[in-house]
Amino acid sequence: MAFETVIGLEVHAQLSTRSKIFCACSTAFGAPPNANACPVCTGMPGVLPVLNRKAVECTIRTALATSCTVQRRSVFARKNYFYPDLPKAYQISQYELPVALGGHVDIEVDGGTKRIGITRIHMEEDAGKLVHEGEFAGAQASLADLNRCSVPLMEIVSEPDMRTPEEGGAYLRRLHDILVYLGVCDGNMEEGSFRCDANVSVRPVGQVAFGTKAELKNMNSFRNVEKALEYEIRRQVELIEDGGKVVQETRLWDANAGVTVSMRRKEEAHDYRYFPDPDLLPLIVDESWVEELRGTIPEMPAEKIARLARQYGIPRYDAGILASTRALADFFEASAAIYGGNPKTTANECVHWKDAVLAGTLSPETIAHAVEDRERGTISATASKTLVELVLSTGKPFRTLRDEQGLTQVSDTSSLDILVDKVLAASPKEVEGYRAGKAGLLSFFVGQVMKESRGKANPKMVQEVLKKRLG
Amino acid sequence: MANVPVHEWTLLEAARMVREKKISSRELTGAILARIEALDPKVHAYITVLPEIAAAQAAACDEEQAKGTLRGPFHGVPVGLKDIFCTRGVRTTCGSRILHDFIPPYDACVTEKVLAAGAVVPGKHNMDEFAMGSSTETSFFGATRNPWDLSRIPGGSSGGTAAAVAAAMCFAGVGTDTGGSIRQPASLCGVVGVKPTYGRVSRYGMIAFASSLDQGGPIARTVADAAALLGVIAGYDRRDSTCVDIPVPDYLAAAERPVKGLRVGLPKEYYEGEGLSPEVRAAVEKALKALTDQGAVVVEVSLPHTSFALSTYYLIAPAEASSNLARYDGVRYGHRAEGASGLIEMMSRTRAEGFGDEVKRRIMIGTYALSAGYYDAFYGKAQKVRTLIRGDFTKAFEAADVLLTPTAPTPAFRLGEKTGDPLTMYLSDIYTIPCNLAGIPGISVPCGFSSEGLPIGAQLLSKSFREETLFTAAGAIERALPVRRVAPLEG
Repeated sequence: MAFETVIGLEVHAQLSTRSKIFCACSTAFGAPPNANACPVCTGMPGVLPVLNRKAVECTIRTALATSCTVQRRSVFARKNYFYPDLPKAYQISQYELPVALGGHVDIEVDGGTKRIGITRIHMEEDAGKLVHEGEFAGAQASLADLNRCSVPLMEIVSEPDMRTPEEGGAYLRRLHDILVYLGVCDGNMEEGSFRCDANVSVRPVGQVAFGTKAELKNMNSFRNVEKALEYEIRRQVELIEDGGKVVQETRLWDANAGVTVSMRRKEEAHDYRYFPDPDLLPLIVDESWVEELRGTIPEMPAEKIARLARQYGIPRYDAGILASTRALADFFEASAAIYGGNPKTTANECVHWKDAVLAGTLSPETIAHAVEDRERGTISATASKTLVELVLSTGKPFRTLRDEQGLTQVSDTSSLDILVDKVLAASPKEVEGYRAGKAGLLSFFVGQVMKESRGKANPKMVQEVLKKRLG
Repeated sequence: MANVPVHEWTLLEAARMVREKKISSRELTGAILARIEALDPKVHAYITVLPEIAAAQAAACDEEQAKGTLRGPFHGVPVGLKDIFCTRGVRTTCGSRILHDFIPPYDACVTEKVLAAGAVVPGKHNMDEFAMGSSTETSFFGATRNPWDLSRIPGGSSGGTAAAVAAAMCFAGVGTDTGGSIRQPASLCGVVGVKPTYGRVSRYGMIAFASSLDQGGPIARTVADAAALLGVIAGYDRRDSTCVDIPVPDYLAAAERPVKGLRVGLPKEYYEGEGLSPEVRAAVEKALKALTDQGAVVVEVSLPHTSFALSTYYLIAPAEASSNLARYDGVRYGHRAEGASGLIEMMSRTRAEGFGDEVKRRIMIGTYALSAGYYDAFYGKAQKVRTLIRGDFTKAFEAADVLLTPTAPTPAFRLGEKTGDPLTMYLSDIYTIPCNLAGIPGISVPCGFSSEGLPIGAQLLSKSFREETLFTAAGAIERALPVRRVAPLEG
């Protein structure tokens, strides 16, 4: 029997706000345990939550970038359960009335485009974490670190529209790009800023009803999500083929073993007793606020790739690399605006110096000047590279360094003649060999001349002079 | 005032005497602390008395005054707080074993405002555990007695505050009211108690029972004192999202206004029930006569959904409480059960040991009301009825400016009389609960005594944020029916 897979993904993204969603504590990662905690986020008696406006704006901007409808009125609800990392014994989330509904994201698969629906986006607070003494199983004590408590999260729930692990991966990468582009999430998967749970089921091809699903957790990279989905699909198909039945459950991905393992069955699921949080008023988002935020939505990755390729005449592949990070693409465009020339060269330079560009240690002028001087023949490729490195180490402007270092390329034939004479006089054997037909020796002479000029000679002209003299 | 003992002065008199340097805050505070020492062993209105802190506050007030500064309108005057308001560095128990050793690192907004007004805090008042009760008998620290008759309860949950004010163990106090917890004990102790409009007083740092109903408010011996104290504690606080940002009017001035032409509504459903004692009815009728004698006009109004209020309240309040009280798990602060072998056992035993029966009862009712499969039938339905009850009041206030009702169906009952029957106990709040469900303000003002010498209060209700109307009407009743406000109790 042939099977079809059905995948829906739930992404939890940490919003890039400086303070927590319901109090003024810092959201900074890596602080000492319980340093970023106050009476509100540690659930002391009598204190109350106050909603962070910036967190709402991040969520609305995400909703707009994924074509969701922002709800005029949404409601925060309490999700009640006991756990030592949850100080109030309830998580403030949104339940029946989330902030955004009904959007989509387009992904590229097999050379075509596929639209993946987004069911809803809602806001919620994160829980803390427990640190166990030694191994979890035999731990004598557990310590609670509440730094993450009330860190703002946004949950983005997709429709069950994906049919393969690759589609799942493509959707996640696209969503990740969008959030990072918007600046609403730093996208750091290792620090847990971008987390994903997957709902996956299989059904015989042609069957309309969904099969019984399993929920997969604990996948901390795109690759792991794809691997976990591959494993789980195989497991479900084999189970059915062996006459078994898939049970509804939550399963954990064990990246080391490459398997998913059962965590809890449906019947063990909590009754969270959701109800509207009486400490918070309904969130009212008026149209003018939405429109104001709509004006802040930047160009999204897919549009950017297409535009860069079209506008600058560079290959789509290069445009894709540039657009992989918004800052890199912006840098490229800034450089190309300073010196037009051949944008392909500018693109290559931007990709070559990507780390420095993203670290913010390189200015668009530097790359523009490097490309311009090379294209005009003022400096050689080698000199260009040396100079950019010098810019990075000294912080001086590119052209100041170029003049200081005397790395302007030698292009006038009279001075080249002298160098060429010197090289030919020093290598009689090779001259003989060349004249006897070893054409490959030409590059040896070019190299020698370049060396004599300490990289300043224009290699093209060196070649011409050599050919003339040896001819 | 020469003939009146210092502790019997009104809040405003005491404040004036300090301001005019006729008495120092040290002397005034000393008188109150002496009174507490003499009487509180009998009344037990305080969970925690703060003699050193209060004396230091009084000394600081005197020093500042000597330099020409007054902190605020209550400079140097002792004002007590129900032990539900967090006080930085001072144990705040909420009447529960589970918080018996909890010392908050922050002040409630009400605490801040009372201190900023210059008041000295002589101690923290006893209360029903987590404000759940109508007699102050559910307190982990033992019951409070009614100063008018020590064999009787003072009402609750702010019974400690009402008893302390009635016994002149402070000049006024701040309590909280979720279903009548300020007004009912005020009525039973013969003092004035105000439940402000929901959102008028910040709930920040006030330990939550039922968040959508809880509201802090003053308990005092005169309408003017209550008006002045509400003026101090009311106002916007950005730390409470449900607190409303509208200006605080001059309540004190409102208490002086005439009632001529004021439309007084009598909701017929409040007078129909069998549980209303004839003595209470007669006393409330005297209050009505006091108003009409001064030119108020009577209109009959109907609040048709009144009979559903009690059951609606006993779904919404426990549902919210079940969630609000879940944080007391022994992990971070408060009581923790010793010797548990694992997490679940530690949490279960902490809560089993830390909470009393009434609190557990309400947590269970609330948990049930919110459970999957029951939510719509209970919590969801209750919210719909709440909307209808609110609508009743909106309609009634088209015809009337204030509603006049009994505060409690009977005068104070005896200790232990109702503890075995929670439902009978719940009926003590039958006239006060609808006001909380509707979010509107209410006041209880003394209007007479029973044949046994027990105080009786009349309740006035108004539209949201019209506390001024309440003070106007209550002031008129007070002027017409001057009654003794300090219980005849000697140390």
